[in-house]
Amino acid sequence: MIRISNVQKAFGSVIVLKGIDLTIEKGELVCLIGASGSGKSTLLQCINGLEPIQGGEILVDGISVHDPKTDINKLRCKLGIVFQQYNAFPHLTALENVALAPRVVAKRSRAEARALAQKHLEHVGLGDKGDSLPSQLSGGQQQRLAIARALAMEPSYMLFDEVTSALDPELVGEVLETMRLLKSEGMTMVVVTHDINFARESADRVAFLCQGEVCEIGTAEEVIDHPRKEQTQKFLRREKRTPLEIVKSSVA
Amino acid sequence: MIGMNGYQFYWSIVWDSLPLLLAGAWVTIQITILAFIVGTLIAMPMAVARQQGEGWAYRFSTWWVELSRNTPAVFQLYLFYFGLGAFHINIPSYAAVLISVSFNNAGYMTEIFRGGLNAIPRQQLSASRSLGMTSPQSFIHVIFPQMFKVIFLAYVTQGIWGMLNTSLGMLVGLQELSGATQYAQSASFRTFEFFLVTALIYYVIAKGLQFSSQLAFRLIYRS
Repeated sequence: MIRISNVQKAFGSVIVLKGIDLTIEKGELVCLIGASGSGKSTLLQCINGLEPIQGGEILVDGISVHDPKTDINKLRCKLGIVFQQYNAFPHLTALENVALAPRVVAKRSRAEARALAQKHLEHVGLGDKGDSLPSQLSGGQQQRLAIARALAMEPSYMLFDEVTSALDPELVGEVLETMRLLKSEGMTMVVVTHDINFARESADRVAFLCQGEVCEIGTAEEVIDHPRKEQTQKFLRREKRTPLEIVKSSVA
Repeated sequence: MIGMNGYQFYWSIVWDSLPLLLAGAWVTIQITILAFIVGTLIAMPMAVARQQGEGWAYRFSTWWVELSRNTPAVFQLYLFYFGLGAFHINIPSYAAVLISVSFNNAGYMTEIFRGGLNAIPRQQLSASRSLGMTSPQSFIHVIFPQMFKVIFLAYVTQGIWGMLNTSLGMLVGLQELSGATQYAQSASFRTFEFFLVTALIYYVIAKGLQFSSQLAFRLIYRS
């Protein structure tokens, strides 16, 4: 379980998170939605300790992420994260990308790590791409590679930070498909997304973040189809429009 | 053989001294490679420290870079050889040349590496740290391999520059290639012949370094 209580975060004088409370249960898929700058991605990076916090506490399986006494590298093995910009290691083949952390961090033998990597590449549908360099893969394939790389540490939780936002529209489907597969296998997932349809179909709960606070939280049906707060309604009206409509309205 | 201005070239005396020159060349190669390795090992953490922009490690490496790049290499050698001698710390000329060339290499390489590090997206570090790798593990397995690819040419050039700097060994009585040449020509005063041959040997060593590093580059980066 991930328990986020009263988390405050600022970049210099800019306050990004103003006391977030959120609990993610085992096996749950929680989507974080909200406008750009609402603090969704920052919150995600706080959960695995990539970003320090100024107040509050985040507990992962009862272990405090930002406690200086916590072995953060050990804790991060439980928390896989996938970023918007794939961040594949460009100098390593797909197989080496996935095998690196099991070998270096989990201290598995080279052969074990490679076998494990192959298993996870197959899991995300890249079983035949092991020898390819990231530059030879499409964006969708690189993003699935990033998922396989995170899964190879056998995490209990997966964090997704707008993983489809940088992809060409025709490549989004294969990545979402992989995420649905993980969900069906019972993975606990926290997904920051602008994809309202994905949130509606796949999320157990949806949290709408607005100006550094959890403005509304509930099932997908509650938050997306019947939002109670005005900010949520306003946000969803904008998000549901197609890009063309937004262009038209700004021209008019 | 008679040159343009009536200078009579006299090569056989160089030929007779060739074993001496080659022994000197071997010392040059040794110090070049050692100073290259030592410089690299020092420059890697210093470049990371320089990137931090604060703290004692940043200040230390900034001083190192400033001193090594803005003072003559011969001054640096004298500092280690005669300067330490003034404090009754006497080191052999071989060690003095190795230390001063390593010192100079490390300063220049730090700045070359820092430029390379700036070219690596920050998210590469986030990605590797998020997999549970420690900071040193991330740099060794993810950041530095990418950095070396970016800075390779400048890096090898510095290695060759370091090789040329070893010729200062002549000034502290070390029989590296230049020192050996100086010694050999002083008996015959056939300066021109000796230093022409020596220049050629330097050139061959430099090309050898360049080609072997290019070969290593292709093997490591599969390109």
